[in-house]
Amino acid sequence: MGEGKSSQLQKLKVMKMYIFCHYVATATYAVINKQAHFLKFYLAILCQIISVSIVYAEPYIPDQDSVILQILPTTSDSRIQSLRQLRIDLSNSPDDLVRAVELARGYLQMGRTMADPRYEGYAQAALQPWWNMALPPPDVLILRAILRQRQHDFTDALSDLNQALQEQPANTQGWLIQAAVYQALGDYPAAYRSCLPLYHLKLDFLATACIASVSSLNGRASESYKALQKIIRVENAFAPQEKLWVLTILAETAARLEKNSEAESYFQAALAVNHQDAYLLGAYSDFLLDQNQPENVQTLLKQAVQSDSLLLRQTIAAQQLNAPEFEKSTETLKARFAASRLRGEMRHLREEAQFMLHLLHQPQKALKLAMENWQLHREPKDARILLEAALQCNDRATAQPVIDWLKSVNLEDSKLDTLVRQLS
Amino acid sequence: MKLRIILFFLGSVFTVFCGLAMAHKASDSYLRFTIDKNIIQGQWDIALRDLDYAIGLDDNSDGRITWGELRARHQAVNEYALSRLQVYGNGARCQPQIPEHLVDHHTDGTYTVLRFTVICTDAIDMFEVAYDLLFDLDSLHRGLLQVDANGQVQTAVFSPEQRKIRLDLKKSTPWREFLQFGQEGVWHIWIGFDHILFLISLLLPAVLCWQAGNWLPQHSLRLALWEVFKIVTAFTIAHSITLCLAVFGLVSLPTRWVESVIAVSVLLAALHNLYPVISNRLWVMTFVFGLIHGLGFASVLIDLGLPGQSLALALAGFNLGVEIGQIAIVGLFVPLAFLIRRTGFYQRYVLHFGSVLIALIACIWLVERSMAIEWKVLEWI
Repeated sequence: MGEGKSSQLQKLKVMKMYIFCHYVATATYAVINKQAHFLKFYLAILCQIISVSIVYAEPYIPDQDSVILQILPTTSDSRIQSLRQLRIDLSNSPDDLVRAVELARGYLQMGRTMADPRYEGYAQAALQPWWNMALPPPDVLILRAILRQRQHDFTDALSDLNQALQEQPANTQGWLIQAAVYQALGDYPAAYRSCLPLYHLKLDFLATACIASVSSLNGRASESYKALQKIIRVENAFAPQEKLWVLTILAETAARLEKNSEAESYFQAALAVNHQDAYLLGAYSDFLLDQNQPENVQTLLKQAVQSDSLLLRQTIAAQQLNAPEFEKSTETLKARFAASRLRGEMRHLREEAQFMLHLLHQPQKALKLAMENWQLHREPKDARILLEAALQCNDRATAQPVIDWLKSVNLEDSKLDTLVRQLS
Repeated sequence: MKLRIILFFLGSVFTVFCGLAMAHKASDSYLRFTIDKNIIQGQWDIALRDLDYAIGLDDNSDGRITWGELRARHQAVNEYALSRLQVYGNGARCQPQIPEHLVDHHTDGTYTVLRFTVICTDAIDMFEVAYDLLFDLDSLHRGLLQVDANGQVQTAVFSPEQRKIRLDLKKSTPWREFLQFGQEGVWHIWIGFDHILFLISLLLPAVLCWQAGNWLPQHSLRLALWEVFKIVTAFTIAHSITLCLAVFGLVSLPTRWVESVIAVSVLLAALHNLYPVISNRLWVMTFVFGLIHGLGFASVLIDLGLPGQSLALALAGFNLGVEIGQIAIVGLFVPLAFLIRRTGFYQRYVLHFGSVLIALIACIWLVERSMAIEWKVLEWI
C-alpha cells in the first residue's frame, strides 16, 4: 500500500489541527461558562496530547537563521579547549599511546562531572587501536576497566583490573576501583582484599577510608564512621577528589545510622569540595527526599546537569510538590528509558524500577526490574527499591532472599530495617 | 481555570526551551525507511551535538548552533552523513537523492533531519543497509534502524560490531492487512472533512428538539443519546451497504457525481438546522445520504489499492476503522453539546453560526466539485 511520507505528514498536520480547534473551542467555552470542574479532566488529556505532539510531533524548518537550535557544552571551559587540541593532535597520529591515554582520561573526567555518557564513547574511541587487544598496555587496561564498569560490564572490568594490577601492583587507582566494583557487587571479602595492598604502598589514609567504606556496609557501621571522622580531620590527608569521596561515605553512613543532622553537614562539606559531582548530588537528593524536603531537592538540582538519575529525583520532588513540570519530566523520563531500551542497554535498571514504582505506580513491573537489577547490583539502594516494590505488591516471598542476604552481611540501614519489619 | 491555561502555555514554552538545554544520554541516530516496491523514503535524525563534534557546526564558536550556521553546512552534512550510509536492494547498491533538511527535537537535544528518496532498480525483497556514522569518534554511538515495508515494521540497531544489517521483507499477513486497513479507515473519516461536517450537522440538533417553531433543549440525556444512536446507526448501515456494493463492483458511479452529491448532502443537512422541516425522522434523511457517502469511502478504499486475496478482510477492516473514527467524533462532540445545550451560546452561535458556516463550505465544495475547478479557498483543510 503506497503510503508515502507526505501523506503521513498530512495526517499529522490534520491531527494537530483537530486538536488545536478542539482545544480552542473547549477553552472558549470554559471561559464563557465558568464550568471548570467538568473540563478539568478533559483538558488534562488534551494538554498531554498537545505537549507530547509539540515536542516530538514532526520535523520542521526553522523560520529564521538566528534561531538557536542547540547549546553545546561550555566551549569556554579551558578543559574542553585543551581536549579539543589533544584530539586534533591524536587524529594526526592515532597510535600515540601517551596522547590517547591522556585524551581518554580527560574525557572520562569530563563525563563524570557532566554526567554525560557521550564522553565515555569519545574516550573509548580514543583507545580504539588497543581496545580489542587481549592484553593492552596497563594504562589502557585501567581505562577500559573504568569504561566497562560504567557500562555495567563488571566481569570484564574486573578481569581488566586483575591483569593491570598484576603488572602494576603499585597502581593506587586500580586497587581503589577494584574495591569499589566488588563493593557494588556485594562481594565484601574481595573488596577488603583490594584495599589491603594500599597499606603496603604506605597509603594509610586511603587504605583506612577504603576499608571503612566496605565495613560500613558489613556490620561495623559505627566503628567505620568513627574511623572516617578521625581521618577526615587530619589536614592534607587527602587530595580534593579523595576528600570528596570520604565525605560522601561519611554522609551516607550517617544517613543509614539516622544521624540526620550530621549527615546533612557532611553532605554540605562534600558540596563545598565539588558541587557538580553527579554521584554526590544523587546521594544528597535521596537524603533530602527521605527527610521530606522536596523543595531543597529542586533548589539543589536546578543548575545540575540532566542525567537520567538526577532527573528522576527532580521529578519525584516535583511530584511531591505538585509542581507544573512534573508531567513533562515524567514524559521525558519515559522517552529516555524507551530510548535506552531501543539501544539494547540495561544501564539504568534501578532507576527504571524507581520510576515505575514512584512515578508510574506500577509495583509489579517495578518489582520485576528491581529483581533483574538485584542479580548484579547489591548496594543499599538496590535492596531498598526491591523491598519497596515487594511491599507494595505484598510479595514477601520475592523479598525473602534479599532480606536473608542483608542479614548475612549485617547491613545496617534504618530505612531498610523499617522495610524488613513492614514486610514480616 | 484561566490560571491553568496560562500554566499550560508556559509549560509548552518551557518544553521548547528544554530542547535547547543539554540533556544527557549516549549518542543515537534514528534511521527510518519506508519501502514501497523499488522506492525507499528515508529519514535520518542525527544529533547536532554529534555533527558538531564530527565536522564542526558552531561557526562563530559561541557555544550555540543556530539554524543559519547549520544551513551553511548542509552540503558538508550531506557529504559526511551519506558517505557513511549505503543502501542495497536485492544486493545492488541504490543511490540516495539529495536530501531535504529539517530539524526535530529528541530527549537529548536538537537533531538535524535528512529526508531523502532512494530509488532501486527493481522491487526490493532483500534490503540491506551498511552504516558507519560516528563509530570512529564515539564507540558508544548506535544507529537505530526502523524499516517499514508491506505494512510490517522491523527494527534493528547498528553498533561498531554490527555495521551491516540485512532484512528480508516478507509479504504481510491477512491479519496485519486487516489492522492496516482499519487504521486507514479511521484516518479517512478524520481527514475526510465532508463526512465529518455531514455528521456534525446532523448531530448539532440532536441535543435539542424542535417545538412550535423553536429549538428547545432536550430534557433527558437518554432521549438525546437515542437520537444520536438512530442517526449514527442509519449512517453506518447506509454507507456500509454502498461501500460493499461498490468495492465488489456491483455499483459504479462517476466520482465527480458522487463527490458533488456528498457536498449537496452536507449543504442540505446544514440548511435543515436553520429551516427544519422534518422533526422526527431525521434518520431517514441520514440513511439516504449515507448511501452516497458510502460510495465516497469506496473510492478512497479503491485508491489505496485492494489486496486480491483478502478483499473481504480488508473491506471489513476499513469499515470498522471508519466506525471507530466516527464513534470518536461522536464521543468528543455529544457530551460537550449536551452539557451546553441550554445556553444561548449553543443555540445562537454553535447551532446557527456553525450551520451557516458548514453550509457555506458545502457550497464552495459543490461548485468546485461539480465544475471540477479548484479555488484553493479551502486548501488549508
